[in-house]
Amino acid sequence: MPATATDRAIEAVWRIESARLVAGLTRVVRDVAVAEDLAQDALVVALEQWPRSGIPENPGAWLMTTAKRRGIDELRRRAMAQRKQELIGRELEILQQLDQPDLAAQVDDVPDDVLRLVFMTCHPVLSQDARVALTLRLLGGLSTPEIARAFLISEGTVAQRIVRAKRTLSEAQVPFEVPGRDELAQRLSAVLEVIYLVFNEGYAATAGEHWTRPALCRDALRLGRILAGLMPSEPEVHGLLALMELQASRLRARVGPNGEPVLLGDQDRARWDHLLVQRGLAALRRAERLSRALGPYTLQAAIAGCHARAASVEEADWPRIVALYDGLAALTGSPVVELNRAVAVTMAFGPEAGLALVDGLADDPALRGYHLLPSVRADLLVRLGRTAEARDEFVRAADLCANDRERELLLSRAVACGA
Amino acid sequence: MRFMVLVPGNAESEAGEMPSTEILEEMTKYNEELVKAGVMLAGEGLHPTSKGAKVRFDRGTPTVIDGPFTEAKEIVAGYWVWECASRDEAIEWLKRAPFDGGTEIELRQIFEFEDFGAELTPELREAEERLRDQVAERE
Repeated sequence: MPATATDRAIEAVWRIESARLVAGLTRVVRDVAVAEDLAQDALVVALEQWPRSGIPENPGAWLMTTAKRRGIDELRRRAMAQRKQELIGRELEILQQLDQPDLAAQVDDVPDDVLRLVFMTCHPVLSQDARVALTLRLLGGLSTPEIARAFLISEGTVAQRIVRAKRTLSEAQVPFEVPGRDELAQRLSAVLEVIYLVFNEGYAATAGEHWTRPALCRDALRLGRILAGLMPSEPEVHGLLALMELQASRLRARVGPNGEPVLLGDQDRARWDHLLVQRGLAALRRAERLSRALGPYTLQAAIAGCHARAASVEEADWPRIVALYDGLAALTGSPVVELNRAVAVTMAFGPEAGLALVDGLADDPALRGYHLLPSVRADLLVRLGRTAEARDEFVRAADLCANDRERELLLSRAVACGA
Repeated sequence: MRFMVLVPGNAESEAGEMPSTEILEEMTKYNEELVKAGVMLAGEGLHPTSKGAKVRFDRGTPTVIDGPFTEAKEIVAGYWVWECASRDEAIEWLKRAPFDGGTEIELRQIFEFEDFGAELTPELREAEERLRDQVAERE
C-alpha cells in the first residue's frame, strides 16, 4: 500500500524527533527499553490521529506529551490489575517521574540527553554488533528492516540483537550519563569506533555483491556530524568526521560504470564531491587546532587530506604521509597500518624499500587471511617487473577476498600479469 | 538526498541592510539545530545584487549586465545545502525555519550521481567519460 503524504510526513518527523524523544524519556524513566516503547506508542497514536487532525505545530512536544500520557495510562492499568502495593518499586518510580507536569518543557531544556544516549548505546557492556544495531536504531532513527538490509542480515536477527541489548543495559543498570573525565577518552573511543564501523561497512563492504553501500556511509556521516555538534571541543570527534567526509568525497569516483572498484590512482578527481572535500578539510583543521598530539582518527584524516589536496596520486606529499603513518603505527601498533605504511614508503622511496617492509609482515598472525597483504605485495612485484610472482600473489589475494567486485578486480589484475 | 534551499531577497536585503538582532538570533538558533541534526552541509548569505552581475548569452556574444537587478522575484539572497533522508524530511525541517510575512522559500533537490540511475547506461557513462577525457586533453 503506498504511503499517504501524511504518513510520509510522520515518518520524516519521526526521523527528526525520535532520538531526542527516546533520550528525553530515558532520562525520565531510566530505562531505554521502556523509553523506546513509550516513544513507539506515541508514534502509533500520531499515525492514527495526524491524518485526521493534521500535523501539530510542535510535533516533538506533542510526541513527548503523548508518550508520557501513554506511560502513565499503561502503568495505571497495571496498577489496577494488580494491587497497588504489588506494583514493583521500579514501576512506581517510573509512574511518579512520568507524573511531573512540566515534562515536555523539562526535556526540551536538556540538550545533553542525546549525548547521554550515545554513550549508552555504545556502552562496553554490549557486544560490538549490539552497539551498532542499537545506535542506528535509537540515534540514526533507522527501522529494524532498514538495519537488516544495510548489514545483509535477517530482520529477526536485528530485532533479537536490539531486544537483548536493551535487556543487557537494564540488567547492568548502565547509568544514563556522559562519562566523567577519568573514563571519557576510553568511552568516547568506543563511540567513535561504532560510527566508523558503520561507515566502513558502507565504504568497503566486507561481503555481498556491491563494492560500496553509500546509504550506510550517509548514516555514519550523519551520526558523526551530530556528535561533532554535541562534543565540539573533542579533537578526535572532528578527526573522525574529517576522515569520513574525505573518504565519502571519493565514493562516486570509487565505483566504475559496471559496479567494479576504481582505486585511488585511477579515479577521476573531477568526480570527487568537492563540497565534502571542503567539509573534510575544515573538520581536519578543527581537529588539528584542538589537539596537542594527533589521535588515530585525526592522523588518518590528515593522510586522506594529503590525497584530497593533491592533483594526482604521484603528486601527494608522500614523505609527509609516511611520517603520519609513523605516528599512526606508534599509536595503534596495527599490522594493517604497517602494511599501509609500506605502500607510502614505496611511493616516497621506491618499491624495494616498500617490499622489504611488506616481507617483514608476511608472518604476522594478524594478517593471515587478510587479502590486502598479497594484493599489496603483488602491486610492488609488478612495479619491480617480477610479474610471474605478482600473478601468483594476485590469485592468492583473490582467493582470500570475500567481496565479489573486489575479487573480480584482483583476478583481472592477475590476468594482466600474463600467463 | 541533497537539497538546496533558496531564500529570496527583499527591499532590505537589496539595500544591504542587516536583519535585526532578533531575526539574527532566531536564524542562528535554527542553523544550530540544523548542524546538530547533521542536516546542514553548507549555508551562505549573498551580497545585494548591486554588487553582482549578469552575463547574457545571445548569438554567440556574451553581454555583461551590471547589478542591481530589478526583478525582485528572481533575486536570491541566500541558500542552504542540506542532506536529508527524504524530501519529506527536508520539508519538515523547512517548516521550522523562522520566516514570516508571506516569504516563500524554495526547496530543490540536487542531482546526484545515483539520480541518473538506469537512464545513464554503462555505454552512456563511458561516452560521457570519453568526452571528459577529450575535454581534459584539449585543456
